[in-house]
Amino acid sequence: MNPGNVVYRLAALAVLIVASLVYLSPLVLPADVPLPKFLQREPLHLGLDLRGGTHLLFTVDVEKAVENNLARTADELRRELKDQKIQTGDITQEGKTLSLSLSSPDQRAAFDELVKNRFPNLVMSVQASDGPPVIQLSPSPREQEQMRRFAIDQSLETIRNRIDQFGVSEPSIQRQGDQDIVVQLPGVQDPQRAKELIGKTAVLEFKLVAQKLGPGTEKLQAANPLPGAAKDYDLEKKVLMTGSAVADARVRPGTQLEGPYVELILSDRGAREFEAITAENVTRNLAIVLDGKVFSAPVIREKIAGGRASITGSFDIKEARDLAIVLRAGALPAPIKIAEERTVGPSLGRDSIRQGVVSLLVGGALVVLFMVYYYRGAGLLADGALVLNVLFMMAILAAFGATLTLPGIAGIVLTLGMAVDANVLINERIREELRAGKTPRAALEAGYDRAWAAIRDSNITTLISGLILFQFGSGPVKGFAVTLCIGLVTTVFTAVFVTRMYYDWKLSRRQLLSVSV
Amino acid sequence: MAVVRVSGGCYREQTGYSMAEPQTKTSTARKTAGKGPEPQAAAQNLHFRELVPPTMNIDFVGKRYAFIIGSSILNVLAIVLFVTIGLNYGVDFRGGTDMRVRFADPTTASAVRDELSGLSLRDLAVQDFGSTGKEFLLRFEIDEGEQMSSITQTISGALAKTHTGDKGFEILSTESVGPKVGAQLRQQGLMAVAFATICMGIYIALRFQWSFGIGAVVALAHDVLITIGALVLTRLAFDLTTLAALLTVVGFSVHDTIIVSDRIRETLRRNPKMDLADAINRSINETLSRTLLTTGTVLLVLVAMALFAGSTLRPFAVTLIVGFITGTYSSIYIAAPIVLLWTDRSKVAA
Repeated sequence: MNPGNVVYRLAALAVLIVASLVYLSPLVLPADVPLPKFLQREPLHLGLDLRGGTHLLFTVDVEKAVENNLARTADELRRELKDQKIQTGDITQEGKTLSLSLSSPDQRAAFDELVKNRFPNLVMSVQASDGPPVIQLSPSPREQEQMRRFAIDQSLETIRNRIDQFGVSEPSIQRQGDQDIVVQLPGVQDPQRAKELIGKTAVLEFKLVAQKLGPGTEKLQAANPLPGAAKDYDLEKKVLMTGSAVADARVRPGTQLEGPYVELILSDRGAREFEAITAENVTRNLAIVLDGKVFSAPVIREKIAGGRASITGSFDIKEARDLAIVLRAGALPAPIKIAEERTVGPSLGRDSIRQGVVSLLVGGALVVLFMVYYYRGAGLLADGALVLNVLFMMAILAAFGATLTLPGIAGIVLTLGMAVDANVLINERIREELRAGKTPRAALEAGYDRAWAAIRDSNITTLISGLILFQFGSGPVKGFAVTLCIGLVTTVFTAVFVTRMYYDWKLSRRQLLSVSV
Repeated sequence: MAVVRVSGGCYREQTGYSMAEPQTKTSTARKTAGKGPEPQAAAQNLHFRELVPPTMNIDFVGKRYAFIIGSSILNVLAIVLFVTIGLNYGVDFRGGTDMRVRFADPTTASAVRDELSGLSLRDLAVQDFGSTGKEFLLRFEIDEGEQMSSITQTISGALAKTHTGDKGFEILSTESVGPKVGAQLRQQGLMAVAFATICMGIYIALRFQWSFGIGAVVALAHDVLITIGALVLTRLAFDLTTLAALLTVVGFSVHDTIIVSDRIRETLRRNPKMDLADAINRSINETLSRTLLTTGTVLLVLVAMALFAGSTLRPFAVTLIVGFITGTYSSIYIAAPIVLLWTDRSKVAA
């Protein structure tokens, strides 16, 4: 064994220990001690079950979103057919399919051409019937998938806007699976207001940018002020049009030169309103205001009739998408339902932390005492490794910003019990080799080498179940999976490598005349 | 030769223990002790505290049919319990609403039920949760569109009539889950457990051999069934946390199977001519102390958890305790004999 090598490894270990201690030090320091910038005041993020708060799970009815979308496409189709003077019977919608029949078979080619050019995302099929053949149109699977994704994005964005106004510290709004959105509101005990706020429709208004200030004007904040640009706008108070006038807004790719633009499609009534507004206010800026925040204030270039307007600007695709989302935010794109609602009071969280810590200490003490009793010196060594194990687990949890939940604490407690298993395997093997008459040194080598396969395999199997759990679980249970998996890694490090380092160090100093196991 | 005997007790101090102990290894021992610049092993203390003395020789596989049949009967019973009585699903898997309430003064479930009887809560059930008479779990169904917070208020109002005072009672938590989510989760949960079990089998089959994989899967299925049976009988709440425990049982119970399998392989490599049944028996005996110890240390922390970690984690801890104990049993009495029944002996040592 190279003595220098051991010294380097011990030094690396010392660095790790000091770093972990420093990182976790805010946990025990009084709150008024000033901290250097790189330290967080609360290094461990507590889950809702420990600090109290509300967890809401919303399910977005994405299929409904697809249908709503198709209904708007049907409106468009009607307009186009009228423009092109193609005569059809009623266009009916059933679920995700539109059905119609042409009044005169001669127009079939023109109809096909129209669908191909204007509605490339619709898949056409023709069913024979007694009268004229029935043409069925439905969105392509890819288009449907995109609509679903869009519906979720839009809902997520809308919910986020609402929650931001709610003023909760550190809210978390996340997509889960294909159609769920999880909202976590720490510290909120009565979710009623939050639910109302999320459920209510956003207020989208169109107001003119004021030309001169006066009693009829107001100052509104810009939602995403660009660096260098104004942080707020002076607008006329009068609302010219609301979100109900907007039927849809979509991002269009546009030309290479101009870049993407947003196509604004207005409802029938909205189209008339918009025509009047634009006619009177050419060259003025019409601000798009969502819930009292100005998202954009494009200039009116001309009178716009026909219910379609393009909003151009030097956006990239993301900005265009965000604007389209804002414009569509007049309503949630699909109905959302609360599928889960959990509220944890503050005292339950406090109790859980206290009980978790007590079981950690009692369980830890039992294991530590047992190991010393049973393995004496080697037991003491394993106990030292155990202490380091807990330290490293906490530090890794903190470093990754993982959330500590009650099952997460259970995961740490469980790790205490499982970590020493590696030491049991090693020590039993060492004893066996000693009984066989090996020297302490040879017995140590053989003990670590031969126990390794079983240690590795058992940690891998637990890791597999931990990963499956992580994939499956949500919230608190995920917290358990996280601590379990982190614990496996730190266990292999501390229980195997760190204890081995100790023996190597003793060996390098030729001090190892006997092993206490 | 050796002076150690099975004493029946747990730990024992040994006295008068000569160096070369197991018969076959005597020669190696002498050889090593006599050569090399290493300090003499004479300085080595060979008096260990032992749970299982090294001379232990139990015929584990001899009664394999009895154990396999006995365990199978228990498994069938567990399935019958699961199908007929069923698990006490928590709100995660059942849907509906759970409300945890803590009272300042001890009361009884029926008293609480009486206090709430005027509210016409659908399918109301009241359970004593912490068995202290102070913490209760109220379960009921709410209709779609009903507001949770208004129900919370009416319940608070009804309870406040009897439990007066500032701290008369406290609503600790409420959880409400739609029925659809619950049913979906239940199915996914069982799938996850089955998937994990198969993953373990594949891993063991890859690391060792086909028959070990089969043995591991059968043993795990046994552990999961027995644990589920215990959950049905104890009426502990089966929620997401309990499911997490069940998945952990799958990941941990296989440890002992690994320890034993590892040793069987080693024994057969050293003694290629040895009878498989003897090899398995010897391997189990030799590793018995470590299989018991590894489970034992985990049980120490789990007992602490069951006693001190509060009512939320108790089902979790109990599930793990039952699962880990059956896991150790099944590694010895199910997994190993199945290897024996299945194996083409010549391949094991390969």
